[in-house]
Amino acid sequence: MTTIAPYDFDEHVELATFIDDQPAFALVDGTVRFPTSVPQVIEANNGLLSADVALDSKSLVTGGEDGRVMRVSPAGAEEIAQQKRKWIDVVSCGPNNAVGFAAGRTVWIATADMIKQFDHDRAVEGIAFAPKGMRIACARYNGVSIHWVASQAAPVELHWDGAHTDVVYSPDGRYIVTSMAENALHGWRLDNVKSAEGAHMRMTGYPAKPKSLSWSAKGKWLASSGAQAAICWPFSGKQGPMGKAPEELGTRGDAMVTQVACHPIEDVVAVGYDDGMVMAVKIEDAAEALLRRPGKSAISTLSWDRRGDRLVFGSEAGEAGLITVGE
Amino acid sequence: MSDKTPVTVLTGYLGSGKTTLLNRILSDEHGKKYAVIVNEFGEIGIDNDLIVESDEEIYEMNNGCVCCTVRGDLVRVVQGLLKRKGRFDGILVETTGLADPAPVAQTFFMDDDVRAKAQLDTVVALVDAKHFPLRLKDAPEAEDQVAFSDVVILNKTDLVDAAELKKLRATVRRINPHAVIHTAQRSDIALDEVLDRGSFDLDRILEDDPHFLHAHDHDHPDHECSPDCDHHGHDHSHHHHHDLECGPDCDHEDHKLDGNTHDVTVKSISLRAGEMNHQKFFPWINKLTQVDGPDILRLKGIVAFEGDDDRFVVQGVHMIVEGDHQRPWHADEKRETRIVFIGRNLDREKIERSFQACVAA
Repeated sequence: MTTIAPYDFDEHVELATFIDDQPAFALVDGTVRFPTSVPQVIEANNGLLSADVALDSKSLVTGGEDGRVMRVSPAGAEEIAQQKRKWIDVVSCGPNNAVGFAAGRTVWIATADMIKQFDHDRAVEGIAFAPKGMRIACARYNGVSIHWVASQAAPVELHWDGAHTDVVYSPDGRYIVTSMAENALHGWRLDNVKSAEGAHMRMTGYPAKPKSLSWSAKGKWLASSGAQAAICWPFSGKQGPMGKAPEELGTRGDAMVTQVACHPIEDVVAVGYDDGMVMAVKIEDAAEALLRRPGKSAISTLSWDRRGDRLVFGSEAGEAGLITVGE
Repeated sequence: MSDKTPVTVLTGYLGSGKTTLLNRILSDEHGKKYAVIVNEFGEIGIDNDLIVESDEEIYEMNNGCVCCTVRGDLVRVVQGLLKRKGRFDGILVETTGLADPAPVAQTFFMDDDVRAKAQLDTVVALVDAKHFPLRLKDAPEAEDQVAFSDVVILNKTDLVDAAELKKLRATVRRINPHAVIHTAQRSDIALDEVLDRGSFDLDRILEDDPHFLHAHDHDHPDHECSPDCDHHGHDHSHHHHHDLECGPDCDHEDHKLDGNTHDVTVKSISLRAGEMNHQKFFPWINKLTQVDGPDILRLKGIVAFEGDDDRFVVQGVHMIVEGDHQRPWHADEKRETRIVFIGRNLDREKIERSFQACVAA
């Protein structure tokens, strides 16, 4: 039987995740809430804009209106970096506890022993570390810049006209996909970026901006929000999704998908909607299971735990919860 | 009318007094809190959590159509600000002196996420009373800013004499007959004239239009020359069929005060008619803005539809048009349609003719 432990934080939930297997919620007021076992409220920022969970799930990283980048765990908050009077629009966690963050046109990478700066001509709206952490992709207007984290070599510039608002690497590192303000995804096959054809992958047809992206286990599918269904593009073939139709999962006539989160082991997608509903849908046969009924506002964040038994969600109005998925 | 956060856009050429006004808005006791988005903290001497510095990022959407440019940074900052409830009453966006105001305004129409939570309230242009005539010669942006605005503040009036001010006022009227004009020294404008106008005070704006007040002239076939009319025979037959259009080469008596008419390239067209057929009106305005969008700086209007008891308001920027029902027509109100276009190279005759063809039979 599926059960929900509900929480009401009364503030937009920027990130719901698991830290040390316990639910954690980063709110836009700058606090991070750990509501289980010994409930804790950690003050991270004066106004929080961005948050990401560390790859080891032992902490999360926040970026604030106060210009500070913080590492937060139930034990407390520790400053990683500060850029005075800048808004930290983006944070992204990489291997070995590296952190990438951006304010306007500047990106910084903080590792254990250094902070390195990368300037761009246009604002950076998304950052993704390559799977091994050697490179970092920065989504910007008219494309993506890929920098080497540890060397001064010139960045690889991937060009595609338009406003790229986020970026992800596929788990095998073969693809880069961005979400675009023009209601589309754009992808590049990295083994083929030098050829005129074949490098680009256009994934269009969304009625709204596809803001949430999630790779399925082993990277066979890329799930996305921005439509009345979760749009799942097949990436198992050599050509990626080109020439293939995406799967549309959890289609509803009266609501838009705002968040997607792929199960860590099985080909199942958790889907959050703009009316607060959450469903789990199998990619193979589109079988649906209702996990949460509609609430007061749109689902703003959704994450599985490592084993795929539990989900946390948060909403724009601050409703949140821990869902334990039954058989 | 809505629970969307009102947004005031503050434009003005370099040296027009924007920073002084911003400092006042941030420090005066007016009982309201504003989040202020600036290009750089620069001379803003006030430390305030709600001042956000943002680099202007012009994004051309949809394959680079110039009419579909937005401020990408505003999309991000406004969304960030609005995630937290009840922190402030409104948002103020300062543009750089050289900025084209269109992308800022278009952001609040084009971006779905921004539109859902914020709405353009008022565009304010600060004008340096002393230097504006010069700017008209060398900076098209200065003219655009005035053409775009709902409220124009003639600032630094202590630096000009009465005659210069009169001329300036006439020039601004020529560019934008529909804006509310205020005068100020050192940006000492009453803040409630600028902020939270609940704008879209269309009735007032449209009633203020001198051309509307002379609507009875509409059928007059010829331009009436005043005794000191100095027709040079240039283009008048084309431009001056009616009294309701003033272009760059207008020589109307009431505009003779203005010595800089030839530097004004923007004109406005005011349309007035009875109830419209909605099946004709929407295709008309959509087509017009698609075709002439690049030349239309702004449009706004109130539309009466046949068989519809609610007033319909429209507004637009370049190719973007947005409309919605506003409120029921009052029993004592005349159900008529009024629309104004402000822009360049607009074919008044064509627009007027096609507009009249939308009148309900």
